[in-house]
Amino acid sequence: MFKIAKIVVFTAFAALSLSTTALAAGDADQPKDMKWSHSGPFGTFDRPAMQRGLQVYREVCSGCHGLKYIAFRNLLEIGLNEDQAKAIAAEYTVMDGPNDEGEMFERAGKLSDYMPSPFDNEKAARASNNGAFPPDLSLIIKARPGGENYLYSLLTGYLEEAPEGVTLGEGMSYNPYFPGHQIAMGPPIDDEAVEYADGTAPTKDQIAKDVVAFLAWAAEPTLEARKRMGVKVVIYLIILTLVLYGVKRKVWAKLH
Amino acid sequence: MSGQSSFQTNNAIIKWVEHRLPIFSFIHESAVVYPTPKNLNYWWNMGSLAGIVLVVQIVTGIVLAMHYTPHADLAFASTEHIMRDVNYGWLLRYMHANGASFFFIVVYIHIFRGMYYGSYKAPREILWWMGIIIFILMMATAFMGYVLPWGQMSFWGATVITNLFSAVPIVGEAIVTWMWGGFSVDQPTLNRFYSLHYLLPFVIFAVVFVHLWALHHNKSNNPLGIDIKGPQDTIPFHPYYTVKDLYGMGVFGVIFAVVLFFAPNFMGHPDNYTPANPLVTPPHIVPEWYFLPFYAILRAIPDKLFGVIAMFAAIFILFVLPWLDTSKVRSARFRPVYKMLFWAFFIDCLVLGYIGGKPPEGIFIVVGRLATALYFLFFLVLPFIGWFERPKKLPESIATAVLESSGDGDGGGGGGAPDSATAKAEDRG
Repeated sequence: MFKIAKIVVFTAFAALSLSTTALAAGDADQPKDMKWSHSGPFGTFDRPAMQRGLQVYREVCSGCHGLKYIAFRNLLEIGLNEDQAKAIAAEYTVMDGPNDEGEMFERAGKLSDYMPSPFDNEKAARASNNGAFPPDLSLIIKARPGGENYLYSLLTGYLEEAPEGVTLGEGMSYNPYFPGHQIAMGPPIDDEAVEYADGTAPTKDQIAKDVVAFLAWAAEPTLEARKRMGVKVVIYLIILTLVLYGVKRKVWAKLH
Repeated sequence: MSGQSSFQTNNAIIKWVEHRLPIFSFIHESAVVYPTPKNLNYWWNMGSLAGIVLVVQIVTGIVLAMHYTPHADLAFASTEHIMRDVNYGWLLRYMHANGASFFFIVVYIHIFRGMYYGSYKAPREILWWMGIIIFILMMATAFMGYVLPWGQMSFWGATVITNLFSAVPIVGEAIVTWMWGGFSVDQPTLNRFYSLHYLLPFVIFAVVFVHLWALHHNKSNNPLGIDIKGPQDTIPFHPYYTVKDLYGMGVFGVIFAVVLFFAPNFMGHPDNYTPANPLVTPPHIVPEWYFLPFYAILRAIPDKLFGVIAMFAAIFILFVLPWLDTSKVRSARFRPVYKMLFWAFFIDCLVLGYIGGKPPEGIFIVVGRLATALYFLFFLVLPFIGWFERPKKLPESIATAVLESSGDGDGGGGGGAPDSATAKAEDRG
């Protein structure tokens, strides 16, 4: 009986070790490991980078990608003042109504409006994009394994030509970080794709980092509040637990 | 609950209430003087922790329900509204989502503890049954809760799992249509899942009371697995176990807070931050981690109907565990063969969990089938172990064992302390 048990244990261990060595690789490359100011327990968002990222989103991404969960009022959180946010909102036209005559009407955007999406619906988006659907970017950092690292690697990782033996579909580009490697989005950014007002050199790398910083905030604007509270709560609970441990020791000491 | 109460008071109001509703004496007997074995180790903290997590889930869930909209077009957006615009909505939702995972962690440890120390054996079979019923209700509740944010994994997980019932011969398709309230997972499905997700936790709460009722009737099992023989074996629940449970809650709270505040999406799936799209199927549909062992068993069987039967059998077989285990000795400490078998079973469950998260291809299929076979093999060989195994000598009583090993921390490791206690008991005998 002992032997059987030993065999059982051994097989289970063998199964475990086998399964761990055969980790599924997936077909996309592992994203590059980058440092982000908002990662780690004390991380905070890099506001200048986010403001540059907003500019990149507006000038490059927003042609195809929406950002529908971000309202113009939210832009105050990335360090813009109210006038700046209002000015950005006013550059957009939004549909409002019905008015007293029952008509829908267009007006300039206000702080309470949400970022207008470039397409009215998924079908319209696919019709203009060769059948592909550019996803809304509000949650893209949380919706992709690898998050920030994945998006940065994707944006900067395009290969000019597909490796030998790979035939790209019509209008497709080759990107080793994209699952399946064939991506309908062409290389979206290049050096000098935008011109930064703050004098930062607009290299491809810098632009990608900035827009990722912005989109990381867009995916979770409450990240800083969460981490600040987390540090306090964890410290409080550790002290409380130590006290409780002391009380437990003291109470139980009476037993012996 | 029975006979003369030890509860005494001079307070007139309490006396007045007590005479009409003996609630004070009830609390006194079930949470203050309640006799508890002296030697419970920290694995016995899981019960009270599970209770606390249930309360946390209910409280956060009720507040989330105030802001959530159970509509296929609005559910995802209302979840984001909670995350972004509701005051501390992110805290509530992350507590609720991670609370579900921690509920399962705690309950899985609780179940394995029960198996290691033979807590399911007479006279605690019904107590064990109530626990399994709670576990099944938890799985139903968690499954339906995961559907509510209406992300890609919500939608496709719901589609895959509800489709399992189509394997039932003849009426399968009709059952699935009835469950969906239509011909695919859609608005009616979301709406009824929301209703049931709100209902079931209160059913769990009720079954927890029956679980505790059964527990308090025969009292807790203990690491030695021997019966309480008299007052010298027990200590009052308060202050000894109230403070020990509080300390356990502190430790749990620290771990929970670290995950909640610094890795709140670690146990979730990124795909669920993409809104449900019935026209786009994710490449790998995986349920929440706590279902993965059962998902692995489902996929290990090539036939759909038998896969479903195996998956349900993997859970329902726990109901007959008290009779499959033929040994009269409860604790694995005194059962050398069962102890090894238990750890093999435990590792096998981990392997199944790992396989459940992997695509069903190549080596994963082979390992999955092997691990599934081992899972059921455990229950098949269990009756024979009880007949062949020669258990170690049991200590005379909890009190003698504790006395001999005082100063020993009793981390649940097994070996040393009880063995020496046994030896001493024999000397005396």
